[in-house]
Amino acid sequence: MYRYDAYDTQLVGERVTQFRDQVRRRLDGSLSEDEFRPLRLLNGLYLQLHAYMLRVAIPYGTLSSEQMRMLAHIARRYDKGYGHFTTRQNIQFNWTRLEDAPDILADLAKVEMHAIQTSGNTIRNTTADPFAGVAAEEIEDPRIYCEIIRQWSTLHPEFSFLPRKFKIAVTGAREDRAAVRVHDIGLAIRRDNSGEVGFEVMVGGGQGRTPMIAKTIREFLPKDQLLSYLEAILRVYNLAGRRDNKYKARIKILVHELGAETFHEQVEAEWAQLRDAGPNLQAVEIARIAAFFDPPRYEEVDSASYQAKLFQDRTFADWVRTNVAPHKQDGYAIVSISLKPEGEAPGDATAAQMEAVADFAERYSLQEIRVTHEQNLVLPHVRQPDLYALWQGLRDQELATANIGLISDIIACPGLDYCGLATTRSIPVAQRISRLFANLDRQHDIGELRLKISGCINACGHHHVGHIGILGVDRKGEEYYQITLGGRADENAAIGKIIGPAFSSANIVDAVETLVTVYLERRRDHERFVDTYERVGQTPFKEALYGSR
Amino acid sequence: MKTQAVTANLLVDGRVAFLTWEGDWSEKVEDSHVVTSNEEAEWLLDSAQRAVSAQVVIDPYLIEVSDSNGSAWPLSRREQIRAAGPTGTIDTAPDGLTAGLKQVA
Amino acid sequence: MVLVKNGSVAQDNWVSVTDDEMLPPGKPAIISKARWLRERCSLRRRSEALGLHLTSDDTLDDLVNALDGIALIVLEFPAFTDGRSYSTARLLRERYHFSGELRAVGQILRDQAHFMLRCGFDAFELVPNADIASWVEGLFEIAVHYQPAADARSPASDLRHR
Repeated sequence: MYRYDAYDTQLVGERVTQFRDQVRRRLDGSLSEDEFRPLRLLNGLYLQLHAYMLRVAIPYGTLSSEQMRMLAHIARRYDKGYGHFTTRQNIQFNWTRLEDAPDILADLAKVEMHAIQTSGNTIRNTTADPFAGVAAEEIEDPRIYCEIIRQWSTLHPEFSFLPRKFKIAVTGAREDRAAVRVHDIGLAIRRDNSGEVGFEVMVGGGQGRTPMIAKTIREFLPKDQLLSYLEAILRVYNLAGRRDNKYKARIKILVHELGAETFHEQVEAEWAQLRDAGPNLQAVEIARIAAFFDPPRYEEVDSASYQAKLFQDRTFADWVRTNVAPHKQDGYAIVSISLKPEGEAPGDATAAQMEAVADFAERYSLQEIRVTHEQNLVLPHVRQPDLYALWQGLRDQELATANIGLISDIIACPGLDYCGLATTRSIPVAQRISRLFANLDRQHDIGELRLKISGCINACGHHHVGHIGILGVDRKGEEYYQITLGGRADENAAIGKIIGPAFSSANIVDAVETLVTVYLERRRDHERFVDTYERVGQTPFKEALYGSR
Repeated sequence: MKTQAVTANLLVDGRVAFLTWEGDWSEKVEDSHVVTSNEEAEWLLDSAQRAVSAQVVIDPYLIEVSDSNGSAWPLSRREQIRAAGPTGTIDTAPDGLTAGLKQVA
Repeated sequence: MVLVKNGSVAQDNWVSVTDDEMLPPGKPAIISKARWLRERCSLRRRSEALGLHLTSDDTLDDLVNALDGIALIVLEFPAFTDGRSYSTARLLRERYHFSGELRAVGQILRDQAHFMLRCGFDAFELVPNADIASWVEGLFEIAVHYQPAADARSPASDLRHR
């Protein structure tokens, strides 16, 4: 993992002091709420329905066990004993007090964390493949470049008041676990014909009320040119992005209105001026950062006991099937910890659970934890012979639900239960669906099915890219839910299509059941829900839901 | 005629608050000063604005309430959730703003 | 209004002139970009200094070779949240090598000043009752920088390898 040096420590410390002073000036009345709002947002402090919500950055979703312990401490000391992991690999504390916020930031700084730019019209936390560094087919660890981007974008003097928020995601693998095509900028590490490593640069993806899949504006960018190219994109956007209408201010609208080709030309013209004079790092600095992500020293592992357990304990084997992924190192495994137990709020973890995960990371995963954009946790370096004991430990903490990638592994935004923007609730819908499909055998039979729920058109619950997407809409004070089908966030990213009129809150869960039934009747061989949908199209699903009118 | 009350969030901790008959702020919606005319509603909102200037609350606004047994209850779902806390599995006792509500056994 | 320049209160001798007003004799004057482009030939003969006022909608494209004789550029912030002038300032300093005064006016917060300084602004027009000491303090609250910009300060990535 990256560790702060004296410069990083000083910057984060200065930022805490600066924010403490801003809070002081707000509380003594020298700053009005209108003046303070942009300042608190630059530090991830929102005012939500019930309280201030603090969003803490988890850079590219990587946490040490020590950092996880601090998050648990904050949950317990300053909040109500739990936190919410988000679709951008961050964590939110829902019940913080303004007067405590500077102390929370000071506590975070002790473990090299911060809340800088987790809100506001800034470059937000860069997200990454949660299997970075351990995925078998990876070209290079994307976190090296995420850390480079983190530093470059932090308190960037030119890009702290963009037309709208700005999200970057990086993957180093073919299989896209970072949803790079639905980000403002998606970067995929590629190797060109000569074997050189660089990036495919995709721009203008996003969800919200105008979902779009990012367009590739450069097939191959040499990796040492990354920052000057990003600066060129951001400068074009900062100057030309729309500021007259906040719903048209994201870069996707600029790319769409100009056309990807014109946008590309403008970026290339700006880059031509910047590539030699811009912010590119020297090789020695890239090497310094890269060294933090060198693979750990793995041991020789004898996996015989693990193989035996797989035969002896079917429940364990089921968990392995969904929650354990192949590691690039023989004898090791990548373990996903589901934060979607039956009937709970997706992505929530209690302080006790966070501490337990920190313990497990220390005992079994070289102190390392990842957060996924699907709102789960990952232990990236587990020796196969430790899997059984880890699984037993996770079970004691209600963290061993064997549902990764299945229908109850639901992404859901906080919805109207917490969020000031939401118009309908999403957590209770997720809870009801997860109870309906509580039978894990049935879930395993249904197989991979990505269900995502948003409580309003801002689409924080990623419903546009769910195999089944559910969007809450308010109709004269009643909660209704619209279904989209066929969305995907993977390397074949697609926006789901609306299937028909919305369902009442009472009927939405039955509608999901109906969709699953149609799929089970129609599927061939090993087709997943989304494969069957793509083969047979909307009609059978539509007829089952609405009759053949 | 609309029956209304004034709500806001407290500056210091962001908690939901309702303007009371005494001119204070209470976390309980039942304590709300309820009015039934537009003139009274404007007067109520004006007095809430003084609490903004005094750094007590942020962004006060009027909400519609029912006032059946002399205790106000918001009409909209959003305001009901603000008044009572999140629905779903998290316990939302009226005074549930302090304790750790989601302990693991 | 109060002018803060290079970290302290400064006398402001400049006069802003609308497009249909005569330029005041004997005084440095600030004019619009449109007027400058239109009347450049005659204005160049003026002996007093000239400044340009750019709104955040004004682009620099037609000014690239037309900044000779300009001693001051005023960049406007119509809202705290309108960040275009940060880019414009950097372009003026870094690409067009403008070395005169770069003045920020409009809605600017004390807490944005360090960003402005880094983008090349050296003067700020503040409301009359502004807390100047606090403002100046704000300029230097953050001493470490991760990226090169229009000021001369080295980013951490360079300092690490000195």
